[in-house]
Amino acid sequence: MKTILLVDDDPDQLEQLKFHVERFGYQPVVASSQKEGELMLETMKPDLAIIDLMMENQDSGFILSYKIKQKYPDVPVIIVTSVTAVSGMKFSLETEDDKRWIKADKYIEKGIRPDQLHREINKLLKV
Amino acid sequence: MNILKVLVVDDEPGIRTGVTRVLRNFTVGFPFMDDDFSFETVETGSGEEAIEILDKEPIDIVLLDNKLPGIYGIEVLEYIRQQEYDTQVMMITSYASLDLAVKATNNGAYNFVPKPFTPQELKAAMESITKHLYLKRMTKKLNEQGKHVRFQFLSVLSHELKSPINAIEGYLKIMQDKQAGDAIDDYQVMVSRSLERIKGMRGLIMDLLDLTRIESGKKKRNIAPVDITETARMAMHSMEPLAIQKSVKIHFISDEPHYINSDPAEIEIIFNNLLSNAVKYNVENGEVFLSITDNPMEVVIDVKDTGIGISEEEIGNLFKEFARIRNSKTKDITGSGLGLSIVKKLIDLNHGSIAVSSKPEQGSHFRVTFPKH
Repeated sequence: MKTILLVDDDPDQLEQLKFHVERFGYQPVVASSQKEGELMLETMKPDLAIIDLMMENQDSGFILSYKIKQKYPDVPVIIVTSVTAVSGMKFSLETEDDKRWIKADKYIEKGIRPDQLHREINKLLKV
Repeated sequence: MNILKVLVVDDEPGIRTGVTRVLRNFTVGFPFMDDDFSFETVETGSGEEAIEILDKEPIDIVLLDNKLPGIYGIEVLEYIRQQEYDTQVMMITSYASLDLAVKATNNGAYNFVPKPFTPQELKAAMESITKHLYLKRMTKKLNEQGKHVRFQFLSVLSHELKSPINAIEGYLKIMQDKQAGDAIDDYQVMVSRSLERIKGMRGLIMDLLDLTRIESGKKKRNIAPVDITETARMAMHSMEPLAIQKSVKIHFISDEPHYINSDPAEIEIIFNNLLSNAVKYNVENGEVFLSITDNPMEVVIDVKDTGIGISEEEIGNLFKEFARIRNSKTKDITGSGLGLSIVKKLIDLNHGSIAVSSKPEQGSHFRVTFPKH
């Protein structure tokens, strides 16, 4: 069974992600902060990671994503957030230029429908 | 017509003249603005010279390449931030990396335009930075006029309000599709978590109302002699259900009345916040000690707990709005992140002071002092 690392500092968001990922037939592993996520990576290699953007810091998700990619370049990373534009910054992975510096494979808004999330996961896991 | 001064810092002369040419006949206007903006460029090929120019004349926007012959663009950016110049910076670079991006945005860069760019891309980027600059200056102006447009506050607030809504919506959708089973009991945890989040949101709204009333200065204050001991006793009673729920014992040490001149509602808010924190951030079978004493000059309130404590680093931010401490021990504790900032404001209003000392894993001690007048 494929393992998915879930990182979110909101206990309910984390619980719901876990619930859906289990239903999709994957093995969820959870962490509730960037720091906890980093610790987990020392002992495990997930098949995919889904991480929240704003945790301890506003850019925790980016940093964690970067660290995952450094350690395991082949592990796909999805960044999930409810932030669209904070202080004028816009993040999306629509253009090649964004992809060049945001080291994540997919960037999605919170509130995404579970079946859409399922599709994105399957696409990245190539199943 | 407003003219914005744009400093173009790039070691490639072609890029510099290209930018100047594109911006020469370009104007930016918005429906809510009376006047359009046009641009006047100043060019330089090095970071050192860019700093000289910035020191000499006010620059509105800097288009900054990172890879320069001498000091790098990121260092110029750091300089601008240190000097607190009212300048918006956009990085133009083909060497964009996550490290640079994170460092640059932390240092206040507004955005990135990757090289090479088309005139259209440059214009679009200039339009967005101009709008941002205009809104920022407008906000500053309004703030100076005392209108308190609190951009940062509102953006954090909207995040704080959105999180519980997202959480509750997520649970409701699971229930709507009966994804966890057909029986209502299958959803018991989800229902109680949703109710918990609603409670948190209600608390946030109540705190916001308190904060708005204090800040607008419109709140009618009913100043009269207040018996602090009596107010404390009432606050303690209203906190009892929460304390029982958390198995925390509150001890009250004071036998005599202590009067100060204040608004009883304000003193009650202070006690409610300090006591609920002492209970919420406590451990199972923990204790809270509330004592009120006085000396000839002042009344002293001490709230001590045997809870999880606060690290030195966290104490620095404690009274700031939305500075909730987030770690594995606090992740299930709900709070608006406004309580202590309200407490601080009310204490200031009453010419008092508040001090904190704390040891992680051992507990915290809040001391509030009010002058006797």
